[in-house]
Amino acid sequence: MALGWYLAVSVLIFCIGSGGVLVRRNPLVILLCLELMLNAGNLALVTFARMHGGEAGQIFALIVMVVAACEVTVGLGLIVAISRRNLPIDVDELHELNG
Amino acid sequence: MSAALFFIAAIIAIIGAIGVVTLRNPLYAVLALVCHLVALAALFLLLRAEFVAAAQVVVYAGAVMVLYVFVVAYVGGGDEIKAGNSLRILGPMFAVALAIELFIAMLGTGLSGIKGHGARYKLGFGDPEHIGKLFLTDYLFAFEVASLLLLVAAIGAIVLARRRRGLEDDDVDFKTIRATPRPAYTGTIAEAVGVRRVLEQLEQAHGGASELVGAPRDSEAEDES
Repeated sequence: MALGWYLAVSVLIFCIGSGGVLVRRNPLVILLCLELMLNAGNLALVTFARMHGGEAGQIFALIVMVVAACEVTVGLGLIVAISRRNLPIDVDELHELNG
Repeated sequence: MSAALFFIAAIIAIIGAIGVVTLRNPLYAVLALVCHLVALAALFLLLRAEFVAAAQVVVYAGAVMVLYVFVVAYVGGGDEIKAGNSLRILGPMFAVALAIELFIAMLGTGLSGIKGHGARYKLGFGDPEHIGKLFLTDYLFAFEVASLLLLVAAIGAIVLARRRRGLEDDDVDFKTIRATPRPAYTGTIAEAVGVRRVLEQLEQAHGGASELVGAPRDSEAEDES
């Protein structure tokens, strides 16, 4: 397969993820859509690594996975803290930082 | 063969991504993301990135998704509120515009490798040995920073999600816990330290008394505190 096809898949997944971040209002699903965008970036990085013949792109992809895992941990901790206080799980309702 | 595998994996990945965005129940969205991640791992394998594919399946589809499932079960946000805002229309429009722009950029690129099938690579390209060697030599700083970031994120998650006293209405009432009846010989701490002698409990049990066995008196509890 020509490597452009992999980049096309990556573009489609990134756009689906960005549309999901804008449309959905549940913070859990927004985190899932962020994962989609990070994975699209990963696919592009691995494709470029294959194109270039070096392994640096794969290292980049692994570091992106680490960052994504950290982001998920903190984000889910925030969601658990929100649900503990019986606040609505809705990003349009949660527009105040005080408390 | 590789073309067929590519199209199967790509279509599953895109369907999974659409499922994440469109499914109403967050649990189904998580399952769609698992599907998407496994298909993406197949694409990584086709790109000769074996270690990245294995890490994708083990770390992402395994560990991170289990975390998601637990939080979805804890929060239980099954009912998504109907959105009536302007982003409902603007979001998909933005996504389509972004896709068109990126496709134009891809078609108009001067990158010669985009039509090729990849550069020549050495034996063992992308296997754990090479990746590990690179991580401990050329990219050692990134490796250490990543480990520090994981530590900070773990501590941050614990601090964020811990139970704070006084913030919740349903704080545990210790009096009600003390007053719950416990049968004799169920291994209570009071039995272990001999606060209540066993014979006494036996008499109470046989006498049919409805007194609570494990519950200490109020005076004792206040003395301890």
